[in-house]
Amino acid sequence: MENKLGRVLPETLMEKLNLKPFETTVIGHPIVQRTAPKVRVSNGDDKVTNDLKKIVQDNVKDGMTISFHHHFRNGDFVFNQVMKIIMDLGIKNLTLAPSSLTGAMNDVAIEAIKNGTVTNITTSGMRGSLGEEVSHGILKDSVIFRSHGGRARAIEEGDIKIDVAFLGVPNADRCGNANGMYGEEAFGSLGYALMDANYADKVVLLTDNLVDYPNTPAPINQTMVDYVVEVDKVGDPDKIGSGATRFTTDPKNLKIANLVSDVITNSSYFKEGFSFQTGSGGAALAVTRYLRKAMIEQNIHASFGLGGITKPMVDLLEEGLINKLMDVQDFDKAAAQSMKDNKNQQEISASWYADPDNKGAMVDQLDVAILSALEIDTDFNVNVLTGADGMIRGAVGGHQDAGTAKLTIICAPLVRGRIPSVVKSVGTAVTPGDSIDVLVTERGIAVNPNRPELIDQLKNVPGIDLCTIDELAEKAEKIVGKEEPLKFDDNTVGIVEYRDGTVIDTIKQVKD
Amino acid sequence: MAFKKDRLRRTMMFVPGNNAGMIKDAGIYGADSIMFDLEDSVSLAEKDSARNLVYEALTTVDYGDAELVVRTNGLDTDFFEADVKAMVKAGIDVIRIPKTENADMVKEMENLVVAAEKEFGIPVGTTHLMAAIESAEGVLNVPEIAKSSDRMIGVALSAEDYTTDMQTHRYPNGKELEFARNMIINAARAADIAAFDTVYTDVDNTQGLIDETEYIHELGYDGKSVINPRQIPVIDKVFEPSKEAIKNAQNVIAAIERAHQAGSGVIAMNGQMVDRPVVMRAERVMKLAQASGLVDKEGHYIGK
Repeated sequence: MENKLGRVLPETLMEKLNLKPFETTVIGHPIVQRTAPKVRVSNGDDKVTNDLKKIVQDNVKDGMTISFHHHFRNGDFVFNQVMKIIMDLGIKNLTLAPSSLTGAMNDVAIEAIKNGTVTNITTSGMRGSLGEEVSHGILKDSVIFRSHGGRARAIEEGDIKIDVAFLGVPNADRCGNANGMYGEEAFGSLGYALMDANYADKVVLLTDNLVDYPNTPAPINQTMVDYVVEVDKVGDPDKIGSGATRFTTDPKNLKIANLVSDVITNSSYFKEGFSFQTGSGGAALAVTRYLRKAMIEQNIHASFGLGGITKPMVDLLEEGLINKLMDVQDFDKAAAQSMKDNKNQQEISASWYADPDNKGAMVDQLDVAILSALEIDTDFNVNVLTGADGMIRGAVGGHQDAGTAKLTIICAPLVRGRIPSVVKSVGTAVTPGDSIDVLVTERGIAVNPNRPELIDQLKNVPGIDLCTIDELAEKAEKIVGKEEPLKFDDNTVGIVEYRDGTVIDTIKQVKD
Repeated sequence: MAFKKDRLRRTMMFVPGNNAGMIKDAGIYGADSIMFDLEDSVSLAEKDSARNLVYEALTTVDYGDAELVVRTNGLDTDFFEADVKAMVKAGIDVIRIPKTENADMVKEMENLVVAAEKEFGIPVGTTHLMAAIESAEGVLNVPEIAKSSDRMIGVALSAEDYTTDMQTHRYPNGKELEFARNMIINAARAADIAAFDTVYTDVDNTQGLIDETEYIHELGYDGKSVINPRQIPVIDKVFEPSKEAIKNAQNVIAAIERAHQAGSGVIAMNGQMVDRPVVMRAERVMKLAQASGLVDKEGHYIGK
């Protein structure tokens, strides 16, 4: 079976899981049915406990789906605490459905897979040792990779049915009113966790900071929460987000960032009231700085900045160059702090951010998205999930979602060391080329040929060296040589869903 | 490689000859000249491997329109002959002679270059030379150095060694370099070759770089050496011609074309004589305007 991108999909697996191949980026206006969670009725007086083991024992059973959020990133202490208890209790065959898996969870996740505690995973991504183990077939069933918007959709429509959500929060009161903004491990927006809080049958908050009732603001409120478990620590504040985001001094990143800014400011989208999203990588952060200069020079203001928020975007908000920040997660302490202090920085859920099956998501209103790529191919399909060695080492994140912006720009160095970023065919297709409008590398810029008006807007701009993406692929090959094709086993270790739930690609087991 | 005697040389970017990553990317920053260093940035243990690395890069990597320069080890070292042979064989545009003190040193280099060109079947005269002036002796002899060979394309001030030799050090106002800078620019212009100013080492001080570049631009220098690619757009900006200068240059060029068609060599424009130096200045302004992205291919002004 082939999908519209020509990716070959394993027929029996597709049939077994009742999955459809990817067709189009167009969502249209289907009528969809949402699900609702079960409610264990309570007056709120029986929620607080410090006995995590009992809560797990009473609520988690063999074969259930449990979830976590990844807002603590590499400083997360929640996942490991809960999973160790689950393993001690001998609970088996769980499906793990976190918003994403971070490096801090790798060792325990691997152990839980090896001893049969976890037999299925759906996540945005995974890295490091867990990615390598899964790529080598440690799980019997395939991991399902979903974008942040795709996960929100899957939860709302019941494709992911969370039995118990374990959500770490830096503060909560005795009834479960909580936010991500106050406390030692404050991380800002609870964007991804709001899905779990709204749709899981059981919601267990873990906190080391029990505050007076009623606690506000309360993006997670007492109507959603079953238990509030007091623990010693929910996270390591130093590893949650980067401290002060450092402005890259890498000349190649700066060159790429400057070119991205030139592409934006010379496009028809750069006008009063435009909106944009940038990633958190070095080049993307630098784009915000260059964009700031052009916005001041041309007296242009953005109506909103979207997605993962960083300090450079907060600076623009404070300078009055952006009217609103719509915040699904905060990448650094300054961004988290600002969500607390600035009423124009609005916390949004993953559904509001990017669920395609919505009555309108923020990404549908987005003008410009600046995204990165591990690989992009000559059809503009982007891979952000598997490395040049075929190993899972990334995350879908919001890539497919923000990719639907009116002007989606991929920025990537043409080659990284000896690894080309622009190739004939990506290892894993994650975001379809139809979504991608411009590729910016340090050695040339390619515009998707289905955007002739963009080519017209950019072709006479000094410093913008337009070429075709085939030419860029040839340049990359000339520098690093031709790659030997990777060898894979037949076993499918990963299924990559497009944001609408169709299958855009699969990931095969790596052959050593 | 693209050797042109009369070309823009606003920036000459230093690239350590032992850094494969920087050598691979050296062409992407828009430096007018790229200078691969086999001398001070390469430790003794790496002299041979750096030479091999630069040789391979020169023969495989596409550096576009940049002028390619190599700084060999000094004439008094064991590496110097092997450096010159390898670089001539690779087809380098320009060899930069370090610590040049007199015209004899240029001659010594030239003899070796001629021998290497003959040995590798390269047309004699292909490889050009430039001299780095790094001492009091060098500054006093720069007029003879600049005129010492037809292969000379430029002289460059190297301020770190020079100030040490002068028993002083670098100051922000650059007064300690005044005499050397003026000697070098005068010698360069008298010999009709390029003059390169020294590097600005405080890479995070953009305003300092702008001030120093404006100063050497006023003196008449062609450009500066740079140690970080981030300095290139800053220097280029200082060398950008004004809109008025571009319009004036376009008028001069149009007028001289009309005069040529009418069979006359000299014309007057706005009551002033337009002679050869005026035309040459106009042509240089247009070259800078093109390099700065201020005019399109047809010469229309598109700056902001």
